[in-house]
Amino acid sequence: MSELEDFRGQNPAWCPGCGNLQILRSFKMAMVEMGIEPHELIIVSGIGQAGKFPHYTKCNTFNGLHGRTLPVSQAIRLVNHGMRVLAVAGDGDCYGEGGNHFLHALRRNLNITVFVHDNQVYGLTKGQASPTTDEGMVTGTQPFGVLYEPLNPVALAVSMDAGFVARGFSGNQEQLKELMRAALEHRGFSLLDILQPCVTYNKINTFQWYKQRCNPVGVSHDPSDREAAWRLALEFGDRIPTGIIYRSDRPTLEERLPEIANQEPLVKQPFSQGDVISELENFF
Amino acid sequence: MDYTIRIGGQAGQGLQTIGAVLAKLFTRAGFHVFTHQDYMSRIRGGHNYYQVRLSDRPVSSSRSLVDILVSLDKTTVEEHRDELNAGGMIVYDSETIRQKYEGENFLDVPSRQIAMDTAGNRLMENTVAVGAVLGMLGMSLEILEALLNEVFARKGHEVVEQNIAAASAGAQFARENCSQCAFSVPEPRSAEAGATPAGGGAPGRMLLDGTNAVGLGALLSGCRFYTAYPMTPSTGILNFMAAQSKKHSLVVEQAEDEIAAINMAIGASYAGVRSMTGTAGGGFALMVEGVSLAGMTETPVVIYVGQRPAPATGLPTRTEQADLLYVLHAAHGEFPKIIMAPGSPGQAFHLTGKAFDLAEKYQVPAFIISDQYLADSEWSLDGLDAEKIPYHDYRLRAGDLAKLDSYKRHAYTDSGVSPLAEPGASRHLVVTDSDEHDEEGHLIEDALTRRLMVEKRLLKKMPLIREEISPPLYYGAENPEVVVVGWGSTYGVIKEAVDIMGDSSSIAMLHFSEIFPFPDPEKSDFLEVLGKAKSTVCVENNATSQFAQLVRAETGFVFDRHLNKFDGRPFMLEELLDYLGDAGRNDV
Repeated sequence: MSELEDFRGQNPAWCPGCGNLQILRSFKMAMVEMGIEPHELIIVSGIGQAGKFPHYTKCNTFNGLHGRTLPVSQAIRLVNHGMRVLAVAGDGDCYGEGGNHFLHALRRNLNITVFVHDNQVYGLTKGQASPTTDEGMVTGTQPFGVLYEPLNPVALAVSMDAGFVARGFSGNQEQLKELMRAALEHRGFSLLDILQPCVTYNKINTFQWYKQRCNPVGVSHDPSDREAAWRLALEFGDRIPTGIIYRSDRPTLEERLPEIANQEPLVKQPFSQGDVISELENFF
Repeated sequence: MDYTIRIGGQAGQGLQTIGAVLAKLFTRAGFHVFTHQDYMSRIRGGHNYYQVRLSDRPVSSSRSLVDILVSLDKTTVEEHRDELNAGGMIVYDSETIRQKYEGENFLDVPSRQIAMDTAGNRLMENTVAVGAVLGMLGMSLEILEALLNEVFARKGHEVVEQNIAAASAGAQFARENCSQCAFSVPEPRSAEAGATPAGGGAPGRMLLDGTNAVGLGALLSGCRFYTAYPMTPSTGILNFMAAQSKKHSLVVEQAEDEIAAINMAIGASYAGVRSMTGTAGGGFALMVEGVSLAGMTETPVVIYVGQRPAPATGLPTRTEQADLLYVLHAAHGEFPKIIMAPGSPGQAFHLTGKAFDLAEKYQVPAFIISDQYLADSEWSLDGLDAEKIPYHDYRLRAGDLAKLDSYKRHAYTDSGVSPLAEPGASRHLVVTDSDEHDEEGHLIEDALTRRLMVEKRLLKKMPLIREEISPPLYYGAENPEVVVVGWGSTYGVIKEAVDIMGDSSSIAMLHFSEIFPFPDPEKSDFLEVLGKAKSTVCVENNATSQFAQLVRAETGFVFDRHLNKFDGRPFMLEELLDYLGDAGRNDV
């Protein structure tokens, strides 16, 4: 069992009003409700404002490089499938710098969770377009406005038959906490894309902008219905559906890899040189 | 006795199988064997060869001149007919290559016809060719029959018998028709030669290439996680590890790219197991940010870099030693790094073990630099001393952690080495950061902590790591007039040249296999040996004498001469002897 106080970390250096603060609070509430203690979790983060997340709570932490949260978290899970592994990244981190890793993490379907703090802009580097920035937004480095189609991570994940795909909004803390719990409880790869305002650099997708559009999906939505999920995934305009968009029952990689399936986590398996020395004989 | 057999043909014709069977057979017969491969970057066609050298004394290099040229195609004859030794023979099948050659040194073996006649299967023409080579050498087929049994037992008794019949017919044809063959091979002495395999079994010699030597070294070192993106000439290690994975509880992951590979290797190590990644120079370019990450987070990781000629894609299947300074300087910032450059499969085995041990002990990235030549060359060995592979678990596990009141991942210590704990194994949190961090691992920006961390991570550890580095290998005459220096894969050819020239001249080799931290000149007399010699030569498979540059930077010593080869091919023994002969005449 744990209490909110157990998760008190460094004082956040985020801007007042930043969506990250609400995401952090929802996370701590989810941890306490799930009875997870700080040492029972490894958080892997990258670079960007989201990358600082684990320092502002309490947990085992690997704060690595920009874009690389998923390779690190997947490897941790492969060698220790007894641990809960959470990756925390921003939209630039997960969908830009780490885009290739994201594609292949969807394919592998290891039992890890990724929270993507998606504010549709680069914060740490001061306001450039991110992969999810709306078309037309003018920035210092996109003086003619963004000329590309924004990346739709939810649709991409559904198209790849991802294990669990959800979208949250930092301004709806109660739903966000429930989505975090569901993502962490899902057996397999779970993506939680969290829309959040950047109060300093995104003057278009503001808190009010999201608040007017984000709408929980109806109770009638069946997340195992891929066609319904696909339709919801493509909605991103006047109405943005939040909630569990898609869920599949694909087996996880840990269950399929014979060297670890139904066994102790690799890190707990003893090693003895005596067990491997016979391999030398193959070369006589 | 010192014979070279070159099997040439197109990719896909089975020349590798012929070469591999002959190499194994000669090794079993108790001879010393050295093989090397020369192949093009294509799946089918082209011109490739596999060269097998056998001798009754130790051999560790390839020769330019050939005694038996097995030509599976016309190109092989045309390319190599002028490279025959005195008494050398060219074996071919005029029906297969659709060309008849006249001349005393040609032996036309109708391999395809013999295969059809004896086994009713033209696919056995390569077995006929192996038999023909044995017939030419006057060797018995006893060991070959045993090998064919091992290789084809899975396919059934009939296939084994067909292969044996095909080989026998090939041998008989060669014995009856090769009136020019004057080869003389001593009786096999397998029963007396070599060591007993680790787990019992028949005594004999091992036949091992650099790739599998690194793989075995990693396995014996307790490597539990290997990840890579395939790239010649490093893919062999990925294959080796994948083949071991289920039996030995080893997770092997083919990553989506090299960036993922190194980050996965670091993640697995953070989680508590020994891990390794491997690539070639081009893939390593993608890994470089991860090397710096390992440096900052003090995460042990072993990185194999198989060199091949570059820049860019270069010559994908060929060899070069041009990535030494690149690997040495790769990654932003300052942190300790270890570089091993083995010169033989034996060294590759032991130095992989040492790389793992030092990486774990000092929590730093450790490199094994090889190249296509070493990776693909097989050496016959009397055995490997597995007891020389250290294994000590330096990490704090559940039992150790339960006794601690508090834990800080990056705690300041006298040695600079902080306790490395398995995350999740106790209530103590394991926190690390690619940002500069405090003792607990949380990100900071203050000047004092930054300075203390650099001192801990780099300045305190570096001298301790340097203490662990062995001096270069000295081989040859005392007080030599000529000193030949090499690093990595040139070991074998330099050693043999020194053996041969040592009879008539005062010559020695200094071979460096533990490259960085650079061996301490105070700990051995290599600088004095170099200083006293009349002539010093640095031999490198690159264009800019990278190792000589490193020696100069570390010690101030400047070589008299440089022998550089950068055509994508390894040094042949004759080439080195010719060069050193001249060096001797001019300078001694």
